[in-house]
Amino acid sequence: MISIIELYARWIREGKLKPNPEWNNDLKLKFTVQDPCQLVRKSLGDPIAEDLRFITKSVVGEENFVDMQPNRSNNFCCGGGGGFLQSGFPEARRYYGRLKFEQVMETGADYCITPCHNCHAQIHDIQEHYGGAYHCVHIWTLLCLSLGVLGPNEREYLGDELKEVWVFHPESGM
Amino acid sequence: MSSEVIKIKGKRKSTFKDKVMDLLPEGGNLNLCLTCGVCASGCPATGLEDMDPRKFLRMAALGMDEELLSSNWAWMCTMCQRCIYACPMKIDIPALVFNLRGSWPKDKQPKGIRASCEMAFKHETMSAMGASEEDFRFVVEDVLEEYQESQPEFADMQAPLNKEGSEFFLNQNSREPVTEPDEMVPLWKILHLAGADWTYGTKGWAAENYCLFCADTKMWEQNVRVKAEAVDALGCKYWLNTE
Repeated sequence: MISIIELYARWIREGKLKPNPEWNNDLKLKFTVQDPCQLVRKSLGDPIAEDLRFITKSVVGEENFVDMQPNRSNNFCCGGGGGFLQSGFPEARRYYGRLKFEQVMETGADYCITPCHNCHAQIHDIQEHYGGAYHCVHIWTLLCLSLGVLGPNEREYLGDELKEVWVFHPESGM
Repeated sequence: MSSEVIKIKGKRKSTFKDKVMDLLPEGGNLNLCLTCGVCASGCPATGLEDMDPRKFLRMAALGMDEELLSSNWAWMCTMCQRCIYACPMKIDIPALVFNLRGSWPKDKQPKGIRASCEMAFKHETMSAMGASEEDFRFVVEDVLEEYQESQPEFADMQAPLNKEGSEFFLNQNSREPVTEPDEMVPLWKILHLAGADWTYGTKGWAAENYCLFCADTKMWEQNVRVKAEAVDALGCKYWLNTE
């Protein structure tokens, strides 16, 4: 078993992938990252959390990364794990998620990178529920953006300010 | 948060906690609680159902099995293990939660979780959304072809199915092929640009396993086994998670 997060970091270090964070030089959009419990605390530990930060800084620019507090293995679960999204207790799930919402909001980040599907769904949902301004995004979207190969139809989770940035084959949009 | 005083009614054997201790190395340290409350103070589920991890463990220690079983809290703790991480005695409270979930009758477990666990066995894809081998093949081939044509720099990009001897057997959460197939494309592009030797398998491609969440250990194992056998059948080296 291997996590693709390890591979992204390895391929960037080896020069097989050459992300360029310059798209964010003027925009200066801030990014934070969710450490998924399953990936970090429960499986691969702090080294994978470091890989996640290395990748993030490589694609958005080092100065545009803001960490949540607490983080890494000590991070709070977002409330999307353990089947909570499917268990039929949405009020309890959102009460649980208020801690994560506050954590993200305190970073002041424009985007929260969520490398886990459950985290992605939950952190997106609590953003809408509690009225936050941040967006939730998969890391593959930002990696492709910084590689200059992100097409117009691959921007579902990007905000309006990134819909027109470094668009690969804009004419292919639908 | 606790509003009610816990009343112990007579002598009772703590069958549930004993049973769980028998399953765990070192008994999960379940008898070592110092009642310091580090678990409860750092748990996002504290306060839900008038419960918190310390109280949950204390009730188990007091043999209040019926009260534990009648609470929905086991479905609100996500078993994230932050309590163990913080605990000075490394007490495995999430294992108590897991086994409590498993002791619920199947027809009383949350339907969303139970149905997703069972749905995975509809096809050998193990998709909790019920996507078949043919569904998956169709979506992957259709999306790939569309992008090969509209973005000629990626005309050579592949999304192989059942390619024997590949280094990586890539899994995929059902959410992408079923509800947002364009989200698979950035992933394929990255793998293409990195020159990765990878494949999907029409059998066992689905990443999710809800049987873990309803603590159905037999079906959980069966689910994992189908996927492991699919990886072995293609002679792949790694099961690659997209997460």
